[in-house]
Amino acid sequence: MSALALSAGRVVRAEWIKLATLRSTLALLAASVALLLALGALVSLLTVHDWAAMSAAERDALQVGGRVFAGRLFAEMALGVLGVVAISGEYATGTIATTLAAVPRRLPVMWAKLGLLAGVSFVLMMPASFATFFIGSAILATHWDFSLSDPGTARVVAMSGITLTAVCVLGTALGFILRNTAAAISALIGIVLLAPLLFGEFAPSVAKYLPSGAMGALVTTTPDPHVLAPWPAFALLCAYLGAAIAAAAITLTRKDA
Amino acid sequence: MIEIREVTKRYGGKVAVDRLSFTVRPGVVTGFLGPNGAGKSTTMRLIAGLDAPTSGTALVNGRSYAEHRAPLREVGLLLEAKAFHPGRTARNHLRTLAATHGVGKVRVEELIELTGLHAVADTRAGQFSLGMSQRLGIACALLGDPATMILDEPVNGLDPEGVLWVRTLLRDLVAEGRTVFLSSHLMSEMALTADHLIVVGRGRLIADLPMQELTARASRDVVVRTPDPSALVERLVSPEVSVSAVDREQLRISGLSAAKIGEVAHLHGVVLHELRPQSASLEEAFMELTRDSVEYRDGTMERIA
Repeated sequence: MSALALSAGRVVRAEWIKLATLRSTLALLAASVALLLALGALVSLLTVHDWAAMSAAERDALQVGGRVFAGRLFAEMALGVLGVVAISGEYATGTIATTLAAVPRRLPVMWAKLGLLAGVSFVLMMPASFATFFIGSAILATHWDFSLSDPGTARVVAMSGITLTAVCVLGTALGFILRNTAAAISALIGIVLLAPLLFGEFAPSVAKYLPSGAMGALVTTTPDPHVLAPWPAFALLCAYLGAAIAAAAITLTRKDA
Repeated sequence: MIEIREVTKRYGGKVAVDRLSFTVRPGVVTGFLGPNGAGKSTTMRLIAGLDAPTSGTALVNGRSYAEHRAPLREVGLLLEAKAFHPGRTARNHLRTLAATHGVGKVRVEELIELTGLHAVADTRAGQFSLGMSQRLGIACALLGDPATMILDEPVNGLDPEGVLWVRTLLRDLVAEGRTVFLSSHLMSEMALTADHLIVVGRGRLIADLPMQELTARASRDVVVRTPDPSALVERLVSPEVSVSAVDREQLRISGLSAAKIGEVAHLHGVVLHELRPQSASLEEAFMELTRDSVEYRDGTMERIA
């Protein structure tokens, strides 16, 4: 091992130990996987149960994204909260002073946290999304036949993993921007849950351009004027995340710790 | 070595630190004193680069803090006693901090031993007493074997044994040529630990002087014990001298040096059992130094009320 000094790799390692040594990290990751799998299975079972009562039109309107991935919003909240507390917890306890005194250039801390949280979310949620899909298709198989080779379906499954990762990144950025756990979680709920309700109701043409609209477009298969096409939606989501990360970087480096 | 040059820090309209300049030298324990709200913690945060000064510069070991490639090796920092995530164990806290600089496992275990935390190293820090938190904070500060230590109220919450341990530790660190800068509101502790004092009030420098000089400033009294106090008093009376009786055999005399009193007693054949210059407590000397800043504060408070 070389002499005592900072390096990017060492900062990543320190942030990894931080994440791995808190029960809340493990609890929130476990919750997000469990919610995605369990709610997907539950809604699939309910769909089987209600199948006989559905009209042909209702059956045609069924979406894999809406049914099998019914647990996506819940899992998103768990991962978003994980991102928030990974940094707001440091501000709340005062650990941030130790962290930033050890890494006075500050940005490596942000990149390490974002990278690790995004990496962990992706590595867990991508397989969890495929598992959810296969469980759902197994439950629904006798009534509703769908597979990964159907148009857009593989994209919906992969994008479930991507959007879940995106919300974790968004939560982390909000934690860096707002520093306070309650404020950042409120902002997260506002962006992910409340804004789509409000705009969806009163201004659907605006709703599709929101972060929630972009994420929703990625996990839907039916073309709809109120839904963006997948690639523009993906670009828009990346732009939102980029803006949030930029704001986080500015807050972290310009404001007093 | 810490060099503060013309540092000012404003929060909104409020001035926390006002054109402060001082140098903290290696080899001596430098105490940082001032009433609450005088800007001590802010100054320490400015040195560590946690807050940015509105103007002026703060250098540690010749560079601004953020320019150091191995900050933990340069500066050991203890700002808040309970600055630990309550869910993480003491050992994991140390491992986390150690990892940023590639500090090895051996050093982490060494510090757990040194700070007396071995019994609670795997206990979550949320269950720590203030004293144990201080020990963990000191372990964190020592992790990189730093040339300079900056400690905000390090003995707050420690038991007497712990206080003695910190005092000995700081003495050992300066004996090795390191720089130690600590704040405390415990004057008596400062008197025992610090060699040099920097006193601030309302963000401004009030005094920068060796500890002995501060105590000397207020040490005007001499305590005398004699079987015949009235005889001595008779020989000493003059407009500049005041004498008060402590008890039947003891007098407290101000306005004359111990040497002068001894000479007078000898000349007149008065027996003395004790002749002792009464050094003022650091607290008294400190109160005297900061009186102006405290009075000003009280004045503004009254105006607001």
